[in-house]
Amino acid sequence: MKTESRLEKVLASGQLAVTSEVGPPRGCNIDIVKEKANMIKDHVDGINITDNQTAMVRMSSIAAGVALKQMGLDPIIQMVSRDRNRLAMQADILGAYALGCNTMLCLSGDHPQFGDHPMAKPVYDIDSINMIKMVKDMRDEAKFQGGADITEPPKMFIGAAANPFADPFELRVMRLAKKVAAGVDFIQTQCIFNTAKFEEWMKQVVDRGLDEKVAILAGITPMKSLGMAKYMKSKVPGMDIPDEVIDRLAGVDKDKQAEEGIKMAIEQMQRLKECKGVKGFHIMAIEWEEKVPELVEGAGLSPRPKV
Amino acid sequence: MITAEQKPLQEILGYIAPYEKILVVGCNECVTVCAAGGRKEVGLLSSAIRLNSAKAGKKIEVLEHTLERQCDPEYVDQLAELAGQVDAVVSLACGCGIQTVASQYPIPVFPGVNTKFMGASESQGIWAERCMGCGDCMLGITGGICPIARCSKSIMNGPCGGSVNGKCEISPDVDCAWQLIWDRLVELGLQDRYEELVAAKDWRPAGGGGPRKIIREDLASSKIITEDNA
Ligand code: SF4
Ligand code: SF4
Repeated sequence: MKTESRLEKVLASGQLAVTSEVGPPRGCNIDIVKEKANMIKDHVDGINITDNQTAMVRMSSIAAGVALKQMGLDPIIQMVSRDRNRLAMQADILGAYALGCNTMLCLSGDHPQFGDHPMAKPVYDIDSINMIKMVKDMRDEAKFQGGADITEPPKMFIGAAANPFADPFELRVMRLAKKVAAGVDFIQTQCIFNTAKFEEWMKQVVDRGLDEKVAILAGITPMKSLGMAKYMKSKVPGMDIPDEVIDRLAGVDKDKQAEEGIKMAIEQMQRLKECKGVKGFHIMAIEWEEKVPELVEGAGLSPRPKV
Repeated sequence: MITAEQKPLQEILGYIAPYEKILVVGCNECVTVCAAGGRKEVGLLSSAIRLNSAKAGKKIEVLEHTLERQCDPEYVDQLAELAGQVDAVVSLACGCGIQTVASQYPIPVFPGVNTKFMGASESQGIWAERCMGCGDCMLGITGGICPIARCSKSIMNGPCGGSVNGKCEISPDVDCAWQLIWDRLVELGLQDRYEELVAAKDWRPAGGGGPRKIIREDLASSKIITEDNA
């Protein structure tokens, strides 16, 4: 074991892992985070806390993560390179680890243009791949990015994102290979709606043997409504939502769409459980955390292993 | 070249409001090419100032001059006589030219343009950013396309997950630099390069190490000799 991470232990046990996420509030009420976490805690192996998601200011991922840790849960903190230079990142990683956070996700982050501070200076000192390498060197070499030694280095289990649906498609596996070379331990993919395309990507991942080196958690987002599906198709960058998803939701009554969305997500997980290389699921139930238990149970992934 | 755009007239009028005799100085280099601060724009701006002041019942005298190059003290020396006659200067050069003029004359020097970026002309009337002067050019490994200036996140190992149909996540009007880099590497048969990790950038040569300066001993010393001889 490289770390104390619960997610690492579950993956090492050979069982499918389940993670989910909680978006912290745009204010100081920590109870919101705790309530959301309580809804899902018995059905997941780790809880991501987003970091200024979509470039909107929210409560810090690490602060909310520490609150979850104090509840005895397993936060996965997120860090975007948009908002911090390498000094700030490393300082926060030391602090987060010291307060019990042992699993993190390295991201570049949506451009500030999308958020509520488009006038901010984007940092982008290092990219997500160099962030992975930095966290790995902190852990395995006890070195700061600048080369100096760390006494008591942070032992983070290192995650990153992958979007199999962005362009150019032929680069999507190669870029994953770069993340693997940089030292990533697990990947949470972008929400999958085009399952066939994901499987095609996964096949290339397996053909290159990358699935032996990194644990891939397939990103699952249940559709709440037809409106949400249409919005994501047209407005969210890097989303691939095939017409059959839209058609299926359009084919049921408006008050049945949410139920249909849950059904679709469960079917998708059942299908992807059979996909070689998939080591688990990352469920992003956006403002719908209460549905996570139903999804996990429906996919036959409950109860979660005790490790 | 360095690109610039003229400032709104109202802003310029605001700067010069307290003065009665001003000099508008253009530059014959980059700002002439991008039609922001050459001889022609000096003439147009000067007329606009005269017209507006007349309308407002304000007395103002506007002198016009365009230097060969405004970022070089030897050329800026040529302004000595004109500068001696006016209360203030409006410079239509890039920020480098404006500062050179300001450093040589003890009167207020106001910017008449917003200096934008180092860019190239894409077609008639369109300029686009191409370089941020990072001081350690990596075009040799990126197929001749700059990830610093042309990727919205200056990613060393792109593309990020927001690249769609060759466009950047920030706008369908912005090309994804990493799509361009990849296409170019394929064209050159250099795809294998792509998987080499590009290390985190050292930003010192890019300005992270404080204001930058080039000292060419060979040229700098020969100049000193010339001055000694003079
Ligand atoms: S790599 Fe640096 S020097 Fe080269 S074009 Fe880009 S910003 Fe300019
Ligand atoms: S979409 Fe392309 S250009 Fe835009 S930030 Fe991502 S990699 Fe850079």
